[in-house]
Amino acid sequence: MTTLAFFDSIPWEMILWAAGKSLFVIFGVVLPLVSYTVYAERRVSAAIQDRVGPNRTGFPTTLLGFKKDLQLFLGGLGQPIADAMKFILKEDFTPAGVKHFYFWLAPCLAMLPLVSLAFIPFGSSLFGEKMVIADVNVGVLGIFAVTGCSVYAIVLAGWASNSKYPFLGGIRSTSQMISYELSMGLSIIPVLMLFGSMNLSDLVQYQADNGWLLLPLWGNGLSTERWLMLIPLTISFIIFMIAVFAETNRLPFDMPESETELVAGYHTEYGSMKFALFFLGEYAAMIVGSALMVVFFFGGWHIPLIPDGNGVGGLSILHALPDWVWGIVNITAFFGKVAVILVFFIWVRWTLPRFRFDQLMKLGWLYLFEIALANIFLAAAVLAFTSK
Amino acid sequence: MAYIVPRPELTFKEKAYLPSILNGLKITFGHFKKMMRGETKVTMQYPEERWDAELPEHYRGAPTLVKDEHDRERCVACQLCEFICPPRAITIKPMEIPADDKFAKVEKRPAEFEIDMIRCIYCGMCEEVCPEQAIFLRKDYAITGITRAEMVHDKAKLYELGGVFKGLVHKWNPEK
Amino acid sequence: MSTETAAPVQMINVQIDGVWLQFPKGTRVIEACRQAEKLIPHYCYHPKLTSPGNCRMCLVELGSPKMTPDRKPIIGADGKPEIGWIPRPQISCAQDVSEGMGIRTNSPMVLESRKGVMEFLLINHPLDCPICDQAGECKLQEFSVDHGNASSRFLERKVKKPKSVELGPRVTLDAERCILCTRCIRFMKEVANDDVLGIVDRGTFNSIAAHPDRILDHNYSLNTVDICPVGALTSSDFRFKMRVWFLKDTSTVDVNCGTGSNITISSRENVIYRITPRDNEAVNGCWLPDSHRLNFKFVSSPARLTAPEVRPQLGDEKPSWQQALNLAAEALKRNAGRVAIIASGRATNEELFLVKRLATILNANVDILPRTGDADGMLIAADRNPNTTGAKLLGVATGQLAQIVAGVKDGSISALIALGEDATKAGLTEEDLAKLDTIIAADILPNKTTPHADILLPAAAWCEKRGSMINLKDRIQRLNRAVVAPGGARDDWEILRDLILAINGSNGLHNIDDVFKAMAQETPALAGLTLSRIGDLGVDITIP
Repeated sequence: MTTLAFFDSIPWEMILWAAGKSLFVIFGVVLPLVSYTVYAERRVSAAIQDRVGPNRTGFPTTLLGFKKDLQLFLGGLGQPIADAMKFILKEDFTPAGVKHFYFWLAPCLAMLPLVSLAFIPFGSSLFGEKMVIADVNVGVLGIFAVTGCSVYAIVLAGWASNSKYPFLGGIRSTSQMISYELSMGLSIIPVLMLFGSMNLSDLVQYQADNGWLLLPLWGNGLSTERWLMLIPLTISFIIFMIAVFAETNRLPFDMPESETELVAGYHTEYGSMKFALFFLGEYAAMIVGSALMVVFFFGGWHIPLIPDGNGVGGLSILHALPDWVWGIVNITAFFGKVAVILVFFIWVRWTLPRFRFDQLMKLGWLYLFEIALANIFLAAAVLAFTSK
Repeated sequence: MAYIVPRPELTFKEKAYLPSILNGLKITFGHFKKMMRGETKVTMQYPEERWDAELPEHYRGAPTLVKDEHDRERCVACQLCEFICPPRAITIKPMEIPADDKFAKVEKRPAEFEIDMIRCIYCGMCEEVCPEQAIFLRKDYAITGITRAEMVHDKAKLYELGGVFKGLVHKWNPEK
Repeated sequence: MSTETAAPVQMINVQIDGVWLQFPKGTRVIEACRQAEKLIPHYCYHPKLTSPGNCRMCLVELGSPKMTPDRKPIIGADGKPEIGWIPRPQISCAQDVSEGMGIRTNSPMVLESRKGVMEFLLINHPLDCPICDQAGECKLQEFSVDHGNASSRFLERKVKKPKSVELGPRVTLDAERCILCTRCIRFMKEVANDDVLGIVDRGTFNSIAAHPDRILDHNYSLNTVDICPVGALTSSDFRFKMRVWFLKDTSTVDVNCGTGSNITISSRENVIYRITPRDNEAVNGCWLPDSHRLNFKFVSSPARLTAPEVRPQLGDEKPSWQQALNLAAEALKRNAGRVAIIASGRATNEELFLVKRLATILNANVDILPRTGDADGMLIAADRNPNTTGAKLLGVATGQLAQIVAGVKDGSISALIALGEDATKAGLTEEDLAKLDTIIAADILPNKTTPHADILLPAAAWCEKRGSMINLKDRIQRLNRAVVAPGGARDDWEILRDLILAINGSNGLHNIDDVFKAMAQETPALAGLTLSRIGDLGVDITIP
């Protein structure tokens, strides 16, 4: 093959689209979403606790010579920017006695959940291009594989810090993640049994055509099979949600951090941007978890009566507008659903107290695991009973 | 002797845990809703909203020096406030009033009177101990500065904050 | 007279507040009460002065034994004489104790009497304690807290008297505050033998004044300020400088002459505000000459040497102490055998001991600079060096100063160490000094020698160091540190120790107590003493 032919053989268009989509998702959506999730966390927690929360960080126009700082209509929207500036400008301090390579590696690995976003269809299509970065047939497995790796960030951080609290946090985190990974995997099997594929785009398309898994109101969704399947699917959803809480180390399962016991857990010895990476990673994992819930149970990008990016489905009167408008509406719908679930995450965090570690383990191994297992048989029974 | 704390018997509903969780979520959402509706009383938004008008009579703000109605410095530099000051915020350098001064009979006044407002704890002991009713805690509370030197109130600043305080101190009454 | 003093002291039985005690004959009632630890408030009485009994504050109830018609004391049930009490209070400062006397210091009548006297004393006293320098150490304040009323019943106008009258160059009088105890008048008459003060005007206008043709300029005039029980007499130097309750008192010894008067240095935050005499019957009683007590201003002079300096040719112009001392050691080794040391009679024994060591190591000539003046027959000695005796004892005062001067002039001495003294005062000219190979000077202030010094070491003043001195009456007394030396200045003994170290290696002296111990081992006259055993009042030693 000549060089030219080699270049010609490379699917440039595909690479560019993939790169463009990656950049858009990561920098255009996820990172802002992460920082504003943090902001939302602070405002919502404040409201729940009868406080005000960060409400005044505007843009420092006084630095440019103006008399007053510009405060947006909702004061405090500049807070994430200020937070980011602070993290970047802080001294990057590495304590003595740490294992340097792993100490540096751990925060990088903490950003791993972002990779799993590649498998998630965040929109229908735009200009004929599917709004998913990697449209592969093993999407579900891929996501579990990648998120399973994120435990390394925590365990490495805990070990490399050469300090007892991070070490304990790391140990706790490992056992917790492995325990809940099981229930998480098992809980999703009924979904796959019903659908019979691991391609997430197809799963969403199926829900768009035949009703969301938890809202089977149109197409094939009106069948007895789907309505009976609601029982195992609801159980699946609850177990999956609890497992996501545990996987993302959110309260009530934030054992690895548990400030009252372990100072700050695995990231006790971290500061400045390295700490910020853990922080971002945690929220990115939350976003991935929420996105999965949306994809599996709430129809992904689909909104009833709204056409997709190829102009298919929906009310015919809406076809008057160009298709790309609906493509964008679909993307917005997806992230809107994600945002709703994120708020639910926050709401739960500021409501429930922390579990004891043995309770956590007991819940994972003695209840969720068994229920998820039984649920598979229940789903199988439903499918066997209803199929012709 | 070991005392075994009896565990309460839980009902199935309690054991299931989920109803309690929902109950908890309801409570927090209630607070959230009230806050969103603006029904919750929240902290005063300080620089914009101020408490100044409602400051009580006994409020202890920044210590200041006062002059009497004849424009005489009430302070005679007895240094009792310097002595009593718990954080040692006060530094006084006394001087003899020159013989040609209007108030030469008073004999003594502070040449320098400095209160380090970084140190001051607004306890009011200086006011309490002052035998001449010369130092008072006024209602200024926003004492700010960019440098440490700026936070030291010198004599001029203290009199500027304090102003004139009328009323008789018996000692300088010629009848007494 | 000799027979009387030789007779055994007759002890007298006295009952004080119901307790029978014995006192030597001739003890004043107020003294007896003081020895019995019964506080009698008083103003005019002073143990060193006569008792006019004019303040009336020391009223007590007195009694004498009841007598039978044949002049035998009636013995009570307890085996002690019964006492017949005088029905009115008596002053305790003008009476001696007598056999069988009864004294009540706390009876209701006594307390009532004191209250009455106090009220009278305060009738015309102005309420200017916030201004008065005496506040805080004022007997009037103290006793009015114990015996006074909270408010005055006096409705009439107070008598106005002159404030701020300059009685002399060093004493200012506030006549309003005076309670006319006449302590100052009696002091000037009886102790200073200069009857310059007296009372003028009549009745309620009585006030203290100097003789119309005289001023109070006696060299002991500030003692009147010390003994004034109120704030009437104030030191012009200390006036309105600092309130007494801020002052930290340090017990030390005066260094202005060979008497070694005991003094208290009052300082606050490293600044000396005043010097007052400290009672020591063996040395200065409770007096101190003005010239001595005011001679402390140089300590806080801005001209003080604060960092070691060396001549630019020798090295770094701002050397560290170690560099400077190494340079000094080098220069001394180079000039070995041709070194002379001019030490100071104002140095402590410890310093002189180390000077002697240094001289021995360098095989150098050493002497102190004599300093003489006129003796005043009271506390100022002719020898103005405070430690000549110590210098002689430790072999530093050798009388070789003339040889040293001659040696410098004829060139047989090429290196000179001047420790706290100006070599030009020994008879050397500045040209002589310029000729020398090396001059090492340690001093606190610049003088005529310091500009010629190759190595100039900043030292500590007398109030900045601990140590001992021996006065002209062979009493070893202790100096204590009242303030710390400014900047990088060091204790002289440290400088000498480090210099010896730089020349000769370790010597095992780590603190001033070590030096004293080493000195006491080598000096028989000091055997058994340590710096702390000297105590605040000093110890008489026998110098062979």
